[in-house]
Amino acid sequence: MSAVLESRAAGPTLRQKLAARGIDGATLLVLPCVALILGLFIYPFLYGLMLSFEPKDGSLFGNYARFFSDPFLYGTIFKTLRLAFPVTLLNLLIAIPIAFRVRLMRRQRLLTTLLVLPITLGTVLVAEGMLFYFGPQGWFNRAMMAVGLLSTPISVLNGYWGVFISLVLTGFPFTFLLTLSYVTGIDPSLENAAATLGAGPAARFREVFLPLLVPGLAITFCLSFVQAYSVLPSAVLVGDPANATRVISIAAYQAAFEEYDYSMASAIAMIMGAVQLLVVVAVLGCRSLFYRGPAAGAKG
Amino acid sequence: MTVGPATFKQLHLQGVRREFDAFTALKGLDLTIERGEFIALLGPSGCGKTTALNCIAGLLPVSAGRIMLDDRRVDVLRPEERGFGMVFQNYALFPHMTVRKNIGFGLRMRGVPKPELEKRVDAALAAVRLESQAEKLPGQLSGGQQQRVAIARAIVVEPPLVLMDEPLSNLDAKLRLEMRQEIRRIHQSLGSTTIYVTHDQEEALSLADRIVVLRDGAIRQVGTPAELYALPAHLDVADFMGFRNRVNGELVGMEGEDALLNIEGTVIRGRMRAASASKAAVAAIRPDDLEPTGTDSGIPVRVEAVEYRGRGFHGVGVTASGTELHFASPHPLQRGAAVRLGADAGRVLVFGDAR
Ligand SMILES: Nc1ncnc2c1ncn2[C@@H]1O[C@H](COP(=O)(O)OP(=O)(O)OP(=O)(O)O)[C@@H](O)[C@H]1O
Ligand SMILES: [Mg+2]
Repeated sequence: MSAVLESRAAGPTLRQKLAARGIDGATLLVLPCVALILGLFIYPFLYGLMLSFEPKDGSLFGNYARFFSDPFLYGTIFKTLRLAFPVTLLNLLIAIPIAFRVRLMRRQRLLTTLLVLPITLGTVLVAEGMLFYFGPQGWFNRAMMAVGLLSTPISVLNGYWGVFISLVLTGFPFTFLLTLSYVTGIDPSLENAAATLGAGPAARFREVFLPLLVPGLAITFCLSFVQAYSVLPSAVLVGDPANATRVISIAAYQAAFEEYDYSMASAIAMIMGAVQLLVVVAVLGCRSLFYRGPAAGAKG
Repeated sequence: MTVGPATFKQLHLQGVRREFDAFTALKGLDLTIERGEFIALLGPSGCGKTTALNCIAGLLPVSAGRIMLDDRRVDVLRPEERGFGMVFQNYALFPHMTVRKNIGFGLRMRGVPKPELEKRVDAALAAVRLESQAEKLPGQLSGGQQQRVAIARAIVVEPPLVLMDEPLSNLDAKLRLEMRQEIRRIHQSLGSTTIYVTHDQEEALSLADRIVVLRDGAIRQVGTPAELYALPAHLDVADFMGFRNRVNGELVGMEGEDALLNIEGTVIRGRMRAASASKAAVAAIRPDDLEPTGTDSGIPVRVEAVEYRGRGFHGVGVTASGTELHFASPHPLQRGAAVRLGADAGRVLVFGDAR
């Protein structure tokens, strides 16, 4: 008792001062993570950045100049965006209505487990499956010809749509699960309140759900976009890697492992990262125009 | 498609049941409510008050039974087609809208033109004394302020039927009293019908035209506040009406209207409220009605505790068999003193064991 009084008289101790700023023993647990991030992310990034400014021709911006003057190289940016944007948008647009339906279901856990499986399978397995399914002798063409919708097999593979489908298949579960968690996070009594105030289903979606979902959907969009943007296996396996689906990661791969120009490869990787960052920052920037806070109607 | 204001004479609940899987939350409610009535739904936690309101509002489908406005069936309508106002127990304010937008939401959904909308929102804000908070988000308000926004949001559209789920539970005593009067005033000026859920006996008595006492999903008693206060028909209802003392005894006879009950050797008189199959019965007495007799009649107790209550004293006594009795005393008593307690025969209710 008297010890407490003494320490109070002497003012807060160093430990109390630190605790007031949120620093205590538990803070030390962050250190391994910081070390890991420094070692595995920051260091390679800085190393790559330096490397990209040391091209073979000796000039500082040689790699970047070459990238942006060669349509075969800078074109990859648009080819990648042309895949990643529509795929992400489509996934999101499919995920929202399904999430709204699933939110009311009881056996959600079974469904989510089923959906996690394709994520764990990975793009390569899905691409291989597609090779069988959509191939000239695959089920798809044979079934279409059997019912008379097609007279000759069509080739979905080896082109834009092959990669598109593969990205939708592999990206959807992820987009959906994320969307579902945001949708179920909205207090159902808000919808009830809107209904008793005379709002029909469309108005409830527009006035209550959408504004509360936008921030979450923006994050979902960014994460799904980044996934689709760094596509490599399916662009090669079920796409047309020399032309229509020559995405930016292929350009980086070729620079590194076919031309053995690591400096150029680093530059391409930096450009790839910068484009992603631009999109993500733009999307998250729009998010700040909306309400961001707990999606519940009451204080805890 | 919305049910217009003041377009019904009577609201009928006919055998309204609601089941959650194997659990029956409402066991067939039958009730007729006249237009303009203020009904208090009183009952302990978990007795089905919120479930009943949700069924009436259309937020929960009924498992069986019907809800009728005069001869129109409304339990098949969606909530937005019923047009009943509801104040939710957890407020359910839209977190992304300011107080003003929250309150104006229902008017906007009804297509009320902007100038009129603003005027009515301002009036509602004034009624709940939140003019200065109009531009805040719900997350920036205190619990009591949120509750008042919820009330304003429900009444601003002037619905024919207002459902309120414990709308004053988070207010301090003074504000609660003010808001109580305000709710009553709004109810009268709108001429609307109100169903008001509470578990506060005093609130129900002071506000309601009629009180419906609910217990375990069934209606126990319906009546005016005076009826319920003086003559509860059931021990559970008596419990709610402040009959804090319950003493077990043995019926020894009747004398006119009065039952004679033997409590631990002392015979007291009381009004018979529910018949008994055997001789066992329970006497229910309000603490305010039980006083030291000052004579050698009455139930003997030993005083355990005495509290000062402003106008008098509140005592706790224990009988020989260990039953606690709460009583009122005009003068202070010594702890450990032996007194005898008695009450007017009209103030003692005797309930038989036939429930
Ligand atoms: N969705 C549900 N699933 C299963 N049981 C439920 C559900 N909702 C309510 N119940 C049960 O129904 C009963 C009545 O619940 P209700 O919410 O109507 O109580 P209440 O009278 O409003 O209580 P309180 O005063 O605490 O708000 C409770 O026993 C509750 O456990
Ligand atoms: Mg409730």
